[in-house]
Amino acid sequence: MAATFHGVGATVAALSSSSSSSSSSSSPSNSFGSKILLSSPSRSFSVRKRASFTMVRSEGSMNFDLNFKGRRAQQLIANAVATKADSSPASSSSKPGHELLLFEALREGLEEEMERDPRVCVMGEDVGHYGGSYKVTKGLATKFGDLRVLDTPIAENSFTGMGIGAAMTGLRPVVEGMNMGFLLLAFNQISNNCGMLHYTSGGQFTIPIVIRGPGGVGRQLGAEHSQRLESYFQSIPGIQMVACSTPYNAKGLMKAAIRSENPVILFEHVLLYNLKERIPDEDYICNLEEAEMVRPGEHVTILTYSRMRYHVMQAAKTLVNKGYDPEVIDIRSLKPFDLYTIGNSVKKTHRVLIVEECMRTGGIGASLIAAITENFNDYLDAPIMCLSSQDVPTPYAGTLEEWTVVQPAQIVAAVEQLCQ
Amino acid sequence: MNGASCAAKISTQPFSLNPTSPASHDRPLVSPKPASLFLGSTRKLRLSSSSKLNLHRRSGTVVAVSDVVKQKKSKSTHSLLITKEEGLELYEDMILGRAFEDMCAQMYYRGKMFGFVHLYNGQEAVSTGFIKLLKQQDSVVSTYRDHVHALSKGVPARAVMSELFGKTTGCCRGQGGSMHMFSREHNLLGGFAFIGEGIPVATGAAFTSKYKREVLKEADCDHVTLAFFGDGTCNNGQFFECLNMAALWKLPIVFVVENNLWAIGMSHLRATSDPQIYKKGPAFGMPGIHVDGMDVLKVREVAKEAIGRARRGEGPTLVECETYRFRGHSLADPDELRDPAEKAHYAARDPITALKKYLIENSLASEADLKAIDKKIDEVVEDAVEFADESPVPSQSQLLENVFADPKGFGIGPDGRYRCEDPKFTEGTAHV
Repeated sequence: MAATFHGVGATVAALSSSSSSSSSSSSPSNSFGSKILLSSPSRSFSVRKRASFTMVRSEGSMNFDLNFKGRRAQQLIANAVATKADSSPASSSSKPGHELLLFEALREGLEEEMERDPRVCVMGEDVGHYGGSYKVTKGLATKFGDLRVLDTPIAENSFTGMGIGAAMTGLRPVVEGMNMGFLLLAFNQISNNCGMLHYTSGGQFTIPIVIRGPGGVGRQLGAEHSQRLESYFQSIPGIQMVACSTPYNAKGLMKAAIRSENPVILFEHVLLYNLKERIPDEDYICNLEEAEMVRPGEHVTILTYSRMRYHVMQAAKTLVNKGYDPEVIDIRSLKPFDLYTIGNSVKKTHRVLIVEECMRTGGIGASLIAAITENFNDYLDAPIMCLSSQDVPTPYAGTLEEWTVVQPAQIVAAVEQLCQ
Repeated sequence: MNGASCAAKISTQPFSLNPTSPASHDRPLVSPKPASLFLGSTRKLRLSSSSKLNLHRRSGTVVAVSDVVKQKKSKSTHSLLITKEEGLELYEDMILGRAFEDMCAQMYYRGKMFGFVHLYNGQEAVSTGFIKLLKQQDSVVSTYRDHVHALSKGVPARAVMSELFGKTTGCCRGQGGSMHMFSREHNLLGGFAFIGEGIPVATGAAFTSKYKREVLKEADCDHVTLAFFGDGTCNNGQFFECLNMAALWKLPIVFVVENNLWAIGMSHLRATSDPQIYKKGPAFGMPGIHVDGMDVLKVREVAKEAIGRARRGEGPTLVECETYRFRGHSLADPDELRDPAEKAHYAARDPITALKKYLIENSLASEADLKAIDKKIDEVVEDAVEFADESPVPSQSQLLENVFADPKGFGIGPDGRYRCEDPKFTEGTAHV
């Protein structure tokens, strides 16, 4: 499966070296008009300076040749490790599939579920006529009507609560936070009602709600639009949290979340919406509780999720050149953790590096360290290392913003230190 | 109790508010949402602007009656508001509420129930007046003062008492407690500890009703939702946000304010810039009605109109019931702030005494009938206590059962199996 990544202003990490896909790739612009970097067919990667900020590049040149392990990673990217009945093998060598961007994959998943079950509805700000601020719901209101794709007033706490009440009485709402940060206003409903009502009602009411939206550090969006809410929500009992990172798992997780009887929070990332990938034509879902093996390896386990996956894969290129063999796992399920996939990896490599975009204090990484230490302490040859964002409100200035988030160079350095 | 008139103040149009009212503001001429059946007059309201409690501040000169009610009355000026069966049903429900709450107080002081328990004594007219008009499929959402709402909606007294005792036979298996009464069968959607957080849930239930009718094409779906909450909640953002959304989408919901003048120790007048809550309805485009909440028949008349409006798809209504709680905020509240004269005033307007008087004076029931009901309810409540006493406490295996509807949500353990397949999981000792 060829995966060509067009991150919004992000460094391009191409896993596929096939020149046909690079040269035929178009350069769609995102809804905010900024241009997207094309993957250059040339071997070396030059540093390009934009008008307003400098792009980050990893050290050394980008190597477009795919080594054997990388090619194996290609086939396994879409395969969850634990073989459960409903996770489908995604090697598309036999099926042509179709190419689309991540936000289109989300929309496709949502649309398919809305067609499949008339009780599925969407509510949020600007999801209807505007098509969603990141175009995830574009066209759905025309197709399904204004009640099924409901434009709400700006009242997060109340419309999230409304979604919960609708879920309790038989509907399957998908509530969109225009930016995940806005859901801080809905914390009352998410914590008290979403997570707890199934329990406090003695199991009488189910709340099959999906709460989704883009979060994470973008391109100079400022502190309040650059938040990572997964750390705040992780203590709420009764909810599941998943983070998507590729078009394949975005669509799969969206569908699985909608079909789940549990309340699920689906974290998307502002910078990943324009990733392009070829996904299967047939119906598939991704298991909500499973992690994704991105690149098998022997020397060190790197656990990551969402956008940091791409920083890790970029660092992996450098590491491979230096002779290391990292195993990269996209944990995908932020709550609960897939301790089987993670555990198997720890048992194999004995060294763990966690790379996340969450804050250092109380983030997903902190919980992951605790879980691994509790369960697999005997298998560790070195203390677990965790690279997280700085405990800083994300600054506006581009240079400062870069320094708050983990960069590939730091990942390379961390692995080198871990493997001494 | 005056059975022949419905003393309800109605406010439907923003620009007809009394300009002498201290809290009203001049509004631009905006045409209000039309098609309200409450076409009553909106006459001047005599308001007291002093912050001292004025016991008579709401016994003003306004008697605004809806046209429809007038039409009903004109059929026969001597017709009564209720039949004998209805009267006895209302009486029984209110007596059940009162007896149950009194028993709760006893049980609390005997150490059978713990935590925060909020009793409804004195407010029975609101619960009975509204909920007895509902069908089983209609939904009710309440706050922490929810025992009597549960009983009126049909949840058996045994289930409520067991829940209060924390037994596994309680309506929520002992997991909810006093403030979280739920019943799927009777469509009681809670029971919420934080005030205001139930109102969006009620709005969601009303949204489902509209969705079922318009999207799922269940043409006969006319389920109505009632949201009960107090005066303190009416200063909370979720209240206003939901008034907006309900009116915007014409949701089949009635917002019932049980204004008992006190939010724990905070007097409504000290907390609210414009204490007349019903006036806030028209600001959002829905009728706002004020009714005497100590009079079950008046409440019932207003409720009929409001629920009928919602059922016909005409949208939401805001009903403010002037009522009073005879006991403190909760069983832990010493209730020292309230003026004894105020308490005496409302005690003289006990809704049960008033209904009893009405039934007897209008020959709808005899003393013997009512005594029989009293006795029957005593037995019901005694039986509920016995049942709750004898019920088992939850075992440890119940601890994790209802955290997730789909227990796969506990995740995959190190051995590759889902955590919930671990035999220790059902024992409640599994490490999750």
